Amino acid sequence: MRTVLVKRGPIPSWSRAVTPLGAIAVTLLLSAVPILIAGAPLFRSYGALFYGALGTRFNVLETLVKSSPLILTGLAVAFAFRAKFWNIGAEGQLLAGAIVATWIGVTFGSLPRFVMLPLVMVGGFFAGGLWAVIPAVLKTRLNVDDVVSTLLLNFVMIHIMGALLFGVLQKEGAGWPISEEIFDSAKYPFLLARSRFHLGIPLAFLLVFAVWFVNERTVFGYRSLAVGTNLHAARFAGIPTTRVIVMTAVISGGLAGLAGVGEVAAIQFHLLADISPGYGYTGIVIAMLGALHPLGVLLASLFFSVINVGAQTMSRMTGVPSYISGVIEGLSLIVMLVALLLNEYRLKVVAS
Amino acid sequence: MMAEILSVSFLAGLLAATLRMATPIVLAMLGEIITERAGVLNLGIEGTMLFGAMTGFLVTMSTGSAWLGVLAAAGVGMLLALLMAFLVVFLGLSQHVSGLGITLFATGLSMFVYRLHFGSPTVPPTVTPMTKVAIPLLSRIPIIGPGLFNQYVLTYAAMILIPAVWVLMYRTRIGLTVRTVGENPMAADTVGGNVNLVRTLALVAGGALMGIGGSFLTLAHQNMFLRDVIGGRGWVAVAMVIFGNWNPGRGTIGALMFGLLDGLQLRLQGWGLPIPFDVFLMVPYVLTIFALVSVSRRAAAPAALLKPYRREVRG
Repeated sequence: MRTVLVKRGPIPSWSRAVTPLGAIAVTLLLSAVPILIAGAPLFRSYGALFYGALGTRFNVLETLVKSSPLILTGLAVAFAFRAKFWNIGAEGQLLAGAIVATWIGVTFGSLPRFVMLPLVMVGGFFAGGLWAVIPAVLKTRLNVDDVVSTLLLNFVMIHIMGALLFGVLQKEGAGWPISEEIFDSAKYPFLLARSRFHLGIPLAFLLVFAVWFVNERTVFGYRSLAVGTNLHAARFAGIPTTRVIVMTAVISGGLAGLAGVGEVAAIQFHLLADISPGYGYTGIVIAMLGALHPLGVLLASLFFSVINVGAQTMSRMTGVPSYISGVIEGLSLIVMLVALLLNEYRLKVVAS
Repeated sequence: MMAEILSVSFLAGLLAATLRMATPIVLAMLGEIITERAGVLNLGIEGTMLFGAMTGFLVTMSTGSAWLGVLAAAGVGMLLALLMAFLVVFLGLSQHVSGLGITLFATGLSMFVYRLHFGSPTVPPTVTPMTKVAIPLLSRIPIIGPGLFNQYVLTYAAMILIPAVWVLMYRTRIGLTVRTVGENPMAADTVGGNVNLVRTLALVAGGALMGIGGSFLTLAHQNMFLRDVIGGRGWVAVAMVIFGNWNPGRGTIGALMFGLLDGLQLRLQGWGLPIPFDVFLMVPYVLTIFALVSVSRRAAAPAALLKPYRREVRG
């Protein structure tokens, strides 16, 4: 006796829609275990979580604020993975974007806002993009495993940032790693009163659409998918595969870089050592949860943001450590993977 | 400065630090080699090490025995490996994604459990760290003695495990089975080997080593648990597997290089050089990337790495 996986017939479209909802339900059910172990009342805890994330106008807007870096890193990873460029380096690319945005933001104070803002964004985009070109070239020219090289480059960038924050970018007289505040002209404008709802949020939503458009409606998007689906066939069909992978890396790294720009220009206004609580790594999970589709990335980012923001409130109200958000997010990925599989296959017991 | 570098105590200290800093990487790397040789890439390594580090610390704190802590770290490493096996061996899900999922989950869980148990103290709690054991006679040799033969038991164990794993993989029937499963699972199946069982056991053995590697950091190298206690050493171990071409001996050279640079930068830090400290911390990662470039042309991963094995079954 053993179990095997047997492919199901065509998947009805309602099933595709219900699967993520079912996965979320199962995740919240499993997450009840650590919450109960923490000795907190379950319904009050989840109530606090959803109230904290969605209960008031301010809370909703705050959840959107926290979702924007996740949307961007999620898009970055999804775009790369679609071409099978295994970019685990969104964290480093985000930091590259944050560093260059800070440098521009503290240096060119005489520029008017309509020049400064685009400059900060473009600078951050290309900083992240160029940092991602390194592993792309290592992969295509020198056959270096991209999972490992992108991971290692994260640590290189963390220490580059550390060196700069204790060096040329350090605020004068500061004893700890923090930069000067960027000029006002480099800051993202806030769009809604009494909130931190800033330019980066509609920008992130716009980029969801832009990535969808590139994926589905452009030759480049098609070529990028072809490279990811079958590299040799793509090369045989005359697609300049190296160029496509490098371009994919630039866009992927650029999106992550923009996440870094947003953190500096709209949230912190300084560069700090802990500017990112691992947004780049969370982006990987979000990309997978979103099945590499831009819309999926958007929804997964919003879900994660609800959990992250809500966990803070839950922690204050019921004493469950806010790190529960990491547990819930890890579980959600694992449950979603299993759910997607069971959507396509069923388990069958056979005599071996 | 030259005189300082060449002083006996400096060299002995550096040698000792090299082995000490290489220990967690060697343990995790050996675990990853066993796992990958069976055809499974375990990117849960970083989270498994952190969970091992936390569990080892917690158990040592509550029982007073560091060895129970190490044992518990091995145990949780095996449990996480079983979860990984369920996802990638039994269900055949993507190894990249499942591994990263386990790292995320285990990282969250480590911090959650730690916070639940200790709250948020202003000064992190500590345990009595393991003590170094000097080997009689050998430890009295100048430079080499205090450098190599006055170490933690786990360091000796790691160094002994390097040839042991090599012998296991290349000179025993078990090793042959594991390697066949990683190179040609259908062939292994045909001659009656249970591919999925072998992969699961390889994952479990590897997970135990990763957990122990993590616990070394909270029980010997430091005596407290901090959020970034692993600090990417798991990823470095994955890089060393490739650098070593899936061979324990060659991978160890990389791990020792990493240990040497780690030990060196700790010492240079004390000299107050006019360069930011982070520049030194960066060096091992940059060198690892260069090392990967140099070996990439002859990199020969197990042929069935990343590929789930399923017998063809109809309806």
